[in-house]
Amino acid sequence: MSEDEHFISPAEVRHVARLARLALDEEEVGRMASQLSAILEHVDAVRRLDTADVPPTAHPFPVENVLRPDSAVPCLDREAVLAEAPLAEADRFRVPRIMGEAP
Amino acid sequence: MTATPAPEFTSLSEIASAVSSGRLSARAFLSQSLERIRELEGDLHCFNEVTTEKAMADADEVDRKVRAGLDPGPLAGVPVALKDNLCTEGIATTCSSRILEGWLPPYDATVVSRLRDAGAVLVGKTNLDEFAMGSSTENSAFGPTRNPWDLRRVPGGSSGGSAAVVAGGIVPLSFGSDTGGSIRQPAALCGIVGVKPTYGLVSRYGLIAFASSLDQIGPFATTVADAALGLQVVAGHDPMDSTSLDRPAPDLLASLSEGVSGLRIGLVEDFLSDGSECVEAVLAAGEALASAGATVDKVTIPELLLGLPAYYVIAPAEASSNLSRYDGVRYGLRVDGPDTETMNARTRGKGFGPEVKRRIMMGTYALSAGYYDAYYGQAQKARTLVIRAFEAAYRNFDVLLTPTTPSVAFPFGSKVDDPIQMYMCDLCSIPSSLAGHPAASVPFALNSEGLPVGVQVLAPALGEAVMMRVAASLEAAAPREARGPVTP
Repeated sequence: MSEDEHFISPAEVRHVARLARLALDEEEVGRMASQLSAILEHVDAVRRLDTADVPPTAHPFPVENVLRPDSAVPCLDREAVLAEAPLAEADRFRVPRIMGEAP
Repeated sequence: MTATPAPEFTSLSEIASAVSSGRLSARAFLSQSLERIRELEGDLHCFNEVTTEKAMADADEVDRKVRAGLDPGPLAGVPVALKDNLCTEGIATTCSSRILEGWLPPYDATVVSRLRDAGAVLVGKTNLDEFAMGSSTENSAFGPTRNPWDLRRVPGGSSGGSAAVVAGGIVPLSFGSDTGGSIRQPAALCGIVGVKPTYGLVSRYGLIAFASSLDQIGPFATTVADAALGLQVVAGHDPMDSTSLDRPAPDLLASLSEGVSGLRIGLVEDFLSDGSECVEAVLAAGEALASAGATVDKVTIPELLLGLPAYYVIAPAEASSNLSRYDGVRYGLRVDGPDTETMNARTRGKGFGPEVKRRIMMGTYALSAGYYDAYYGQAQKARTLVIRAFEAAYRNFDVLLTPTTPSVAFPFGSKVDDPIQMYMCDLCSIPSSLAGHPAASVPFALNSEGLPVGVQVLAPALGEAVMMRVAASLEAAAPREARGPVTP
């Protein structure tokens, strides 16, 4: 296999950073490209594994939906929770504009 | 720089008995810990915060209960320290990250409330690699913790503060979290006992999530008996954690001194190839258990070597999802921007350190369109292969032994710029994490430089009782000087 398979370009790093909502400066983009490429090379054994008849494991033990009785119980105090927010207003978290112009 | 042995801790059960009887006060045990903090914290940097005033109030409350004739609990007056990713109501919980600096959780983790109910006294929150990602505490935003055995070396990680605080003789019991080895590896590097329980045995409610299918909380102590008691107190079903096992917690203390006669013990050859001091310790541990009456054989389980690469896909994938909540909206840091998406990205870019960013990027990549099946899907199947291989091995063995770590405590700076080298620290500890099995590190030897070497005992799911029995036998066979506490 070619070494290129593990190569992550700076453009791909910028794309993934956008998906992850992570602002990276140019130096970080360059370093991330080489480090992620090295990590991908290291985990390649997993990618090349023959797993034709192997089911995936998402969780160490079988888990099912866990439901509690449908009765009202106290939850965290709203004021106490909002007090920890960077910005709150009228019992809500306040954020900057969400709707932007179309990209 | 050589550490000297420190006086042994009074055992947890002796502390509780002295405090419950009124013979000694919780305040007196707390004072010892606070005095030791004054002496050593400048060198060790175990803590993100020492909660002196709250601790004094908590200790006084324990003593008041005793005077009132009430039962103060099985850990009455035991000073305890908690990794700073366990939520403590009204006490800053940072995960050693700038992004959570100053945040005051509005609730206690279940582990915290169980410890309080048992009479333990919380003395502070311990340092960690940011969001529990790392093997040295060098990824803490607040500076590294130093190893009490040699201040030039790392204590391991990510629960390095919780390991050093016990190894340095400050508190006899602490708790950390272990996702791929973050309790066992620092326990080994600091010459103490560290236990990762079966997944689901201890509630994760209030543990700030890193990789939810792997994270477990567990104890650090200088002796197997103290670790067993600490685990016993926090174990058991919790309706607040839907992955908590709904069954009675195993009794770890009743059978602790029953020995290993008749047990079948496997030495995992796949981790014994490099002839290092850590490998020699496992071979010696096998001989000691054979002398104590166990049947000891070697076993090859090559699938376990898939653990490391599978983990470094699965854990970052889960982390990238879990850490999406740090978006500058509900808690912690916010860096403003003209719109919410820019605010989110700037907040995260400024608030997270390099290793956390790397794992978020790796995880996002592995989950992104076009790569999901090749990386995340394949890693989940590799996880199945690891679990199946363990199942086969446990048909022939009651417990397995491996080194806890490939090497002893390493000098600061020697791995921090090379992520792969740092990830290799978890080679032997990851397979049990992927399988959800319990594992414990027991201090067993000192290397040629006088640094501690740990041996790891692995058991199948809910096999804690037999695992701790074997750990107790190893402890009995190990030289006293191989374990803490020490004074740097």
